[in-house]
Amino acid sequence: MSESRHRQLGMTDDEYASVVAVLDRPPADAELAMYSVMWSEHCSYKSSRHWLDRFRSDYPWVVLGPGENAGVVDLGDGWLAALRIESHNHPSFVEPYQGAATGVGGILRDIFTMGARPVAVWDSIRFGPLTDSKNRYLFGGVVSGIAGYGNAVGVPTLGGEVEFAEPFSNNPLVNVMALGLMKRDQLVTRAAVGVGNVAILLGASTGRDGIGGASILASTSFDEDSGAKRPSVQVGDPFEEKKLIEACLELYEKDLVVAIQDLGAAGISCATSESAAAGGMGMDVDLDRVHLRETAMTAAEILLSESQERMLAIVEPGDVSDVLAVAEKWEINASEIGTLTEGETLVVTMNGVQVASVPAASLAENGPRYRRPAERPADLDAIWADAPMLPGVVDVAASVLRMLDDPALADRSWVSEQYDHMLFLQTIVEPGHDGSLLRIRGTTKGLAVSTDGDPLRCFLDPHRGAERIVYESALNVAATGAGPYALVDNLNFGNPEKPEVMWQFIETVEGVAAACESLAVPVVGGNVSFYNETDGVDIHPTPVVGMLGFCDPMPASPPRLDRARHGMELWLIGPESGKDFAGSAYCRIVLDHLGGRPEAVTPDIGNAVVAHATRLAYLVPVLHDVSAGGLAVAVAEICIRSGVGAAVAEPTWELLLDEAPSRFLAVVPPGADLGIHDIPARRIGVMGGDEIDFGSFGSLPLDDATRVWREAIPRRMDHISSLPAKPGKRGGGQRR
Amino acid sequence: MRTAVIVFPGSNCEHDVAHVLRSLGAEPELVFHRDRDLTGADGIVLPGGFAHGDYLRTGAIARFSPVMAEVERHAAAGTPVIGICNGFQILTEAGLLPGAMVANRGLRFICRHVLVRVESTDSVLTRNADVGDVLRIPLNSYQGNFVLDTDRLAALEERGGVLLRYVDEKGHPDHTINGTTIAGIANAAGNVAGVMPHPERASERLLGSSDGLVLLESFVASMAKLPA
Repeated sequence: MSESRHRQLGMTDDEYASVVAVLDRPPADAELAMYSVMWSEHCSYKSSRHWLDRFRSDYPWVVLGPGENAGVVDLGDGWLAALRIESHNHPSFVEPYQGAATGVGGILRDIFTMGARPVAVWDSIRFGPLTDSKNRYLFGGVVSGIAGYGNAVGVPTLGGEVEFAEPFSNNPLVNVMALGLMKRDQLVTRAAVGVGNVAILLGASTGRDGIGGASILASTSFDEDSGAKRPSVQVGDPFEEKKLIEACLELYEKDLVVAIQDLGAAGISCATSESAAAGGMGMDVDLDRVHLRETAMTAAEILLSESQERMLAIVEPGDVSDVLAVAEKWEINASEIGTLTEGETLVVTMNGVQVASVPAASLAENGPRYRRPAERPADLDAIWADAPMLPGVVDVAASVLRMLDDPALADRSWVSEQYDHMLFLQTIVEPGHDGSLLRIRGTTKGLAVSTDGDPLRCFLDPHRGAERIVYESALNVAATGAGPYALVDNLNFGNPEKPEVMWQFIETVEGVAAACESLAVPVVGGNVSFYNETDGVDIHPTPVVGMLGFCDPMPASPPRLDRARHGMELWLIGPESGKDFAGSAYCRIVLDHLGGRPEAVTPDIGNAVVAHATRLAYLVPVLHDVSAGGLAVAVAEICIRSGVGAAVAEPTWELLLDEAPSRFLAVVPPGADLGIHDIPARRIGVMGGDEIDFGSFGSLPLDDATRVWREAIPRRMDHISSLPAKPGKRGGGQRR
Repeated sequence: MRTAVIVFPGSNCEHDVAHVLRSLGAEPELVFHRDRDLTGADGIVLPGGFAHGDYLRTGAIARFSPVMAEVERHAAAGTPVIGICNGFQILTEAGLLPGAMVANRGLRFICRHVLVRVESTDSVLTRNADVGDVLRIPLNSYQGNFVLDTDRLAALEERGGVLLRYVDEKGHPDHTINGTTIAGIANAAGNVAGVMPHPERASERLLGSSDGLVLLESFVASMAKLPA
């Protein structure tokens, strides 16, 4: 084994030396291949793990925190929810349909491997501006991939985010969150226990697809040769996954598995080593028993294949025939590939020859950990000093119209209508509102989810930006009546070997952790995606949080954006500033400016506002958080969705367009008083007429606003010839 | 009324439709596609989903599932049989209903509420409704564009076989949703019906509409052999 071989596999000389030290000998071919993938950034979290310990999950309602396939929280009356978020950024850039499709498939396996039935998916997706044909191709492909897989696998997609900004032109982000439900006695884990128990590989056959997907794609940066990496993208089969879900749920119902682990990155290497290590056991694995879809595969190829739709179940010997019968019923393959042994050694044989013999924990748990150098970006002070130059007078109505035409603020029906979002008769508040709300049928319980990211503010100030998205997410679920209950995070960053990127990462972790602590929300899981870098350019730091809200009982008639009526009154609740413009939609879209320093959330006020919104959700027809586009766009969205105009009189234009955090709008019948002693609340206007009227700051016809908002995405995606060409540069992006 | 809800690998609406039928007084039982015995079934539902992954062509493999011979025998004997979405596609592939489904006009999956007008009440799916009723029901399909050759389409229309038609907000037939105006049809006897939108998803006001109930109530009444 030459040293250049480990470098080809993405392993450093030091890491190779560590492998030699663990084994007390040079690794064999298959062993080196296993270490190279299991110790990759994607599988080992070697650059991030030290910092992730900052997240707290020690709350009484947390059943399982980070470290399992999914976080699990207790909903009372024997109900548990499993949740997880994961990125599929790199594969989606190389092949958008399959990249996004297998992202959905992978996250679903993380949920049903816990014993839960997956009940909903959310997607946070980010692309470059739609003025560029490559971005339109990627956006269209990712949405089709999510729809093609999610609809067919029979799990509804209840929302998410869509954003378009220049930093994602050469590095789109595809983050997928999934939620599952189960009764407490269905919970299973990956910990393989019981000497003599049998490891059964269930599901799709193993081929050469996706070999090294994790190490090759997700742990390195992109350059112009990225097209050559397409064979590393896995190919999804939602029908196989659907059968696998039903088969696994039947196995749990019949109590036929001791433990189970899905196969994702690093395939059989990962599943066998992680489940053995979690149970403190060894395992003998016979690769001749693995059902293959190709001939002449090497041991390393079989061990590393990332063929989709596979699970590894640990089964007592007496239950094997029953397990095989369930597999036969659902027409999935099942092979007995291993046996649990005393000790902690993973032994792999092929053709009767031992090809690997390694301590399971050395692969799964004891990989390298780095504390990479971190350094505050040298230009940060200059960025903060570059505050937006605000004009003296602004036509708010015209600005609102421009913002409603921005695909990141416009109607997302073009996306959400391609997703089945109604399956299971559980969707109470569908995509297109602040948070989506689903019920647990047969109970009074409701679960709300919002996913939120804000790369522009996180670029300007990662700590403050991260705090703000946690609070925004909390307010979004509160607007459905659900109190924030648990959070998962997906941390998308550039190259961690750059000290500035590492600094952004550390600041972000601190911001998410601090905000969650203030809100008393546990962080029950997460995913880190580094190396979002193309040709040396890193993306903006993009933490995406997925907030789970919980309510019991659910509001009888939860707030919706389309329930405002003529004569009702608009209230603004929360602190005001009128000066929080750094990173705002107005600066990005109208002024084409990115600079300054966003304001920080005040935790006491933020908490009180979230609690107040949660209470009001049981009383009022419309609640809407004030975020991108400020008060003016929030009012316009209510008008458009409800089909009724409004008149809002504010003393300054800044109050209409700034984006100070922790504020929301309520629409109520006249005469109500929404003030409570510790939170500012005031009546700002009234619903009615067919104009959205900002008084001296302009007025726009509701019909115009509605048309622009509805057509923003379709006219760019479906009638692209009408768009002005911008030769020679990627249009529409903001620069500092 | 014992109602067999057929479960193919890839079906996904079986629990939803069973839930609503139960609330209407029926006794739904999930029947796996390999079963060959539907003895005692007062009615049969082919639910929505992606039977056999929709591979090859929607419904093309499902029609060969072992249970389908029994479904055909019951259909011929007059048992009420309804197919919803993927179930409708399977009924056309099995030849129990005329026509076929092709991809939506826009070549994209469509999941949203649509309006359908009741065109005929001579079926197990529409007998409790009134001609002209406009119902708001979710559509959820990629291949929902019903096609049939001109002569047989004329015959279908002539005999009142078109049960439900997509309409716009003014009540005019609307082919812009997915390429056809035909949302539901029945066989000549009226005991086998297919509907592309999902009535079970419009079964409660909390879900956005309860307009689908009249269709499932018609089916339950048909199973009970109540006089129309």
